Amino acid sequence: MSSQNLFELSQVAKRFTKGKETISIFHDLNMQIKEGDFLAIMGPSGSGKTTLLNLLGGVDQPTEGQITFDGQRIDNLSEGQLAKWRANNIGFIFQFYNLMPMLNAARNVELPLLLTNMSRSERKQQVKVALELVGLSDRASHMPSEMSGGQQQRVAIARAVVSDPKFLLCDEPTGDLDRQTADEILQTLQLLNEKFGKTIVMVTHDPSAAKFAKHTVHLNKGEFVKAEELLV
Amino acid sequence: MSNIMSQSTAVIVMNIRSLPRRLWMSLAMVFASAVVVAILLAFLAMAKGFEATMQSAGSDDIAFFMRTGSAAELNSSASKEQVNLIENAPGIIKDEQGQLVSPELYVIVDGVKKSTQQEANIPLRGLSQRGVDMRKGFTLMAGRMFTPGTDELIVGAGILREFDGFDLGQEIHFGKYTWKVVGVFSTGGNVFESELWADAKVIQNLYNRGSSYQTVRARIGSPDDIAAINDYLKSEPRLTHEVQTESAYFATQGKSLEYMAIFGWVISSIMALGALAGALNTMYTSVSDRAMEIATLRAIGFSSMSAFIGTMVEAMTLAVLGSLVGALVAFIFFDGLNASTLGGSFTQVVFSFQLTSDLFVKGITMALVIGFISGVFPAWRAARVPVIVAFQSAR
Repeated sequence: MSSQNLFELSQVAKRFTKGKETISIFHDLNMQIKEGDFLAIMGPSGSGKTTLLNLLGGVDQPTEGQITFDGQRIDNLSEGQLAKWRANNIGFIFQFYNLMPMLNAARNVELPLLLTNMSRSERKQQVKVALELVGLSDRASHMPSEMSGGQQQRVAIARAVVSDPKFLLCDEPTGDLDRQTADEILQTLQLLNEKFGKTIVMVTHDPSAAKFAKHTVHLNKGEFVKAEELLV
Repeated sequence: MSNIMSQSTAVIVMNIRSLPRRLWMSLAMVFASAVVVAILLAFLAMAKGFEATMQSAGSDDIAFFMRTGSAAELNSSASKEQVNLIENAPGIIKDEQGQLVSPELYVIVDGVKKSTQQEANIPLRGLSQRGVDMRKGFTLMAGRMFTPGTDELIVGAGILREFDGFDLGQEIHFGKYTWKVVGVFSTGGNVFESELWADAKVIQNLYNRGSSYQTVRARIGSPDDIAAINDYLKSEPRLTHEVQTESAYFATQGKSLEYMAIFGWVISSIMALGALAGALNTMYTSVSDRAMEIATLRAIGFSSMSAFIGTMVEAMTLAVLGSLVGALVAFIFFDGLNASTLGGSFTQVVFSFQLTSDLFVKGITMALVIGFISGVFPAWRAARVPVIVAFQSAR
């Protein structure tokens, strides 16, 4: 397993302005995430977990500081460049799955491949592989409304990995599931990390979920309160 | 480019498939577009029908003489001597009976409209068989031709359709005179069908016109002969007339309902403003309803352009759908609808609304404008909201 840094956050600050008030989420945040890691980020509401996730996902940009991914700065990219970067490097897994309700499972999984130059048959093959990986080959033509929460989250995972990104960002991926289903989802993430080498960052409230990760960090008021070996 | 195409196609398909979630809002936009287009097409079809009725009456090979300054046949006059002088004009075709010239009279009588039971002006034209022969498309649909020198008349199909009391064989009273309907004629739907025809000499006698007429028609070889005739009119001091082709005269008359088309555009544009307000609401609701989907797609890496195009296509689709409904309604209710209105000589012209393909194109264009304006601002919002804000609104 490589030990190179995939992500580096250097002196990152993030502030929001609300009316005349400025709210500081982070100031001088430093962090590295090594390639192949599975990191759980825990913390109470308002601790900055989701903001950190958005920064890592190129969905939001820091007010100050630098973020590099695989040696490339992403904090100074334009909206369009960030979209391309996300398409090439990130797979998102959301708490409420965020599937397109009007598309069947296969069409949902295919969406990231529409951003590539793959032919229709290549896309079909990739979708088949991704659905097999999450154990839903037989549900390809099912609509999201015809599937359980766990199955929908599996489709969302298939969508996240179908274009083979290096990095998976999970926002409370088991927050809407029962314990048994949650464990199955977390085992799938573990498989993706250990067998397929995906680097995973997962935001969660659930200590049981965090146990599936290789490392756990705790955020409180924008600061890491318990240092692990990845923290500076 | 193909990437943007496939992204946009996917977004468009998703937007269209999600329409049932916003069924009533979407239907409201379709309905608003339909009403605007139907009303626009109704006015345009009216103007088009009138124009076609007038313009199709004129021929290029008929020279039409009126007294200078007369706006319409009713105001014109031509003495017997002047008619004789006109017969000597260059370019007029002859046959074995002499020059093909038709001096005509044009007087107004009353008729009762079937639709309103109110009296309206109808033209009674005095002419001879030569004049009848000059009308293109003339056919006697029923009965026979009037007998010269008698109080018989033939009635145009439009008059029979729109006015009471002109059935074949019926007697009609205009003032103290009684006429008998002996025939019904058609001229292919043009303005002459809105007239009654009788012998010119009988009308001269009954209406105290002496030997004078009002207008003169003459058969010419080609429209180019008009220039030579004009020179002749200028060189002959006893003639106070101007000449033009009959088609040029009716083309001018046909423009008199152009204001209807303008009125139609104004009314439908005002209505379009109201439709726009509703359509904007529909499209902003659509963007709001799809916020989670837009945000998710943009997080995955879809471009903001695809969100813009998807929203625009949705707006345009709804508007065009509305325009098709509106056009269909207009076609069913207005195409071929008979109406009559006041023509250039203060007489009723019977005409049919005409919905032609160019009018449909205008209706659809109007709907596209509504769709474009109602789509562009919501589409801009869909495209420009930062992904993070869209995520928050989706939560």
